[in-house]
Amino acid sequence: MIAASHFAYWGAVFLMMAGLYIVIARNNLVKKLVGLGILQSSVYILYVAPGKLTGGTSPIIAAGVQLYSNPLPHVLILTAIVVGVATLALGLAIVVRIREAYGTVEEDEILRADADVERKQAE
Amino acid sequence: MSSLATHFPALLVVVPLIAAPLIVAMRSGLAGWLVSMAVAAATAAMSVTLLAQTTASGAISYALGSWPPPWGIEYRIDAASALVAALVALIALAVAPYSRRSALAEVGPEREYLFHALMMLCLSGLLGMVATGDAFNLFVFLEISSLSTYVLIALGRERRALTASIQYLLLGTVGATFYVIGVGLLYLVTGTLNFADLAPRLAALDDLRPVHAALGFITAGIGLKLALFPLHAWLPNAYTFAPSAVAAFVAATATKVSIYVLMRIYFSVLGARFVFADLPVGEILVALSIAALFVASATAIAQRDLKRLLAYSSVGQIGYITLGLGLATHAGLTASLAHLVNHGISKGAAFMLAGAMAMRLGGTRFEELAGVGRTMPVTSFALVIAGLSLIGVPGTAGFASKWALVAAALEAGRPWIAAAVLVSSLLAVAYVWRFVECAYFQEPPRAHPPRGEAPATMTAPALALTALVIAAGLHATPVLESARLAAGALLGTGR
Repeated sequence: MIAASHFAYWGAVFLMMAGLYIVIARNNLVKKLVGLGILQSSVYILYVAPGKLTGGTSPIIAAGVQLYSNPLPHVLILTAIVVGVATLALGLAIVVRIREAYGTVEEDEILRADADVERKQAE
Repeated sequence: MSSLATHFPALLVVVPLIAAPLIVAMRSGLAGWLVSMAVAAATAAMSVTLLAQTTASGAISYALGSWPPPWGIEYRIDAASALVAALVALIALAVAPYSRRSALAEVGPEREYLFHALMMLCLSGLLGMVATGDAFNLFVFLEISSLSTYVLIALGRERRALTASIQYLLLGTVGATFYVIGVGLLYLVTGTLNFADLAPRLAALDDLRPVHAALGFITAGIGLKLALFPLHAWLPNAYTFAPSAVAAFVAATATKVSIYVLMRIYFSVLGARFVFADLPVGEILVALSIAALFVASATAIAQRDLKRLLAYSSVGQIGYITLGLGLATHAGLTASLAHLVNHGISKGAAFMLAGAMAMRLGGTRFEELAGVGRTMPVTSFALVIAGLSLIGVPGTAGFASKWALVAAALEAGRPWIAAAVLVSSLLAVAYVWRFVECAYFQEPPRAHPPRGEAPATMTAPALALTALVIAAGLHATPVLESARLAAGALLGTGR
């Protein structure tokens, strides 16, 4: 019963863990950024879902409206979405530059290329 | 003047925020440089005024847009935020003149104006994090400063700057997201985001499980941003490959502001009793800090690049700051805040001097720095002084705050912590000696440029910060006294 009525939280936590897992486990930088996007989206749900009240209307002043949803989480999350978009755009721009500089977006290949440079410098 | 001064808490953030698009619109590197110097000077003047005001008459509350707190966003400057704001603005003032030559050499003349605009955005974000009294507003400023830092790091000359930047972006965003999850949980149980409003509502709660989760998320998230050992993986590469001016500014301010945020959440929002008495957060912080003192400092000794050595040294020095925080006593917090300021100055000076060497010699690997004591005597000598402050030699800034930390550990009845501080300082002797050995006891390579210092706009501000390191060492009372007041302000508002 409680689990069913809190389905939005279960969804948010599932997305949170899935996103974090992708960031940690994937080797491809674009996929890591996708994981980061999922992690951030989970937070949007975490904030917005509790703003909705059962039987509540839109937050407007009108005759007969007693119960209305909380608008503040939506405002906060609009800001967070902007931040998320900026982060994703910047991340992808850096990945494009990495692809130009290294010829790959796989993290292990990048690390190997850096280790090679370091070994040459040491000699 | 006095009516303008009442708006200083907001202007501190707004002036650099407006300067950034202004610089972009002017599309001139020189104009951008001049504007950034003027803005840095203005924020420094404002923050010092605010520090004097809070010292004299306590906290200042500023209702943004005249919406009274807790409905509107409150900017709240107390002794702690004023101290950290003054550090950030003073470092910005030192780095601003320095940044032109660094940007011209490392970023190129066509993109120089963008570099200055990003530095202004970063400054605005950091000052905003310090000034705001609103948990969500803090997240927005955290992201403003972080996003501009990611770009600034990516502007470094080598391609490894790009990997350093994406690594920092991934970890930094996870950290910021964790922070915002924690804030969300606190909002769900209290219905407010204002720090001063959160504290009493949290104190009145019975069911603390969401608050426990919030504490965990915020500690891990801000721990990533402040490079709390072992969450420091992003830091060494970021500081090594960033342009010199960026490395100096970020190393001296960004992690320090994050430490301030952690202190603010612990003491002003969640309350010292909840965090340190009911839960073992203090013990965890002390354990991680002591690991940082030894592991990061020992790793620093093994580095082959001066900037990388200084970066690992930063992880170790952050350990001293979080150690004082972990003690959770008034004396510990005082030592922590004093070391936050003193280390900010010392590490800012060290990175600026290392950048001056990179400018003349093409890099900071120890092969390139061999014999630099003969070719750049003034810069090398100043770097040795900054190094002595990292060790904590009497007469330098680092000594005063380390001494306070040892005294706080003894006062708290934990002599083994004091012993750890002293023993780990020997590791700092070893890594500073790496530079001394290389600069003064090795022959310069044959292809070495002739004797001469870096341009005056780089050397002069770096030497000014070095002089401040000595001044804060010989006359330690102002910093310690401000730190004591700041610690009082943090502890006084907790439950």
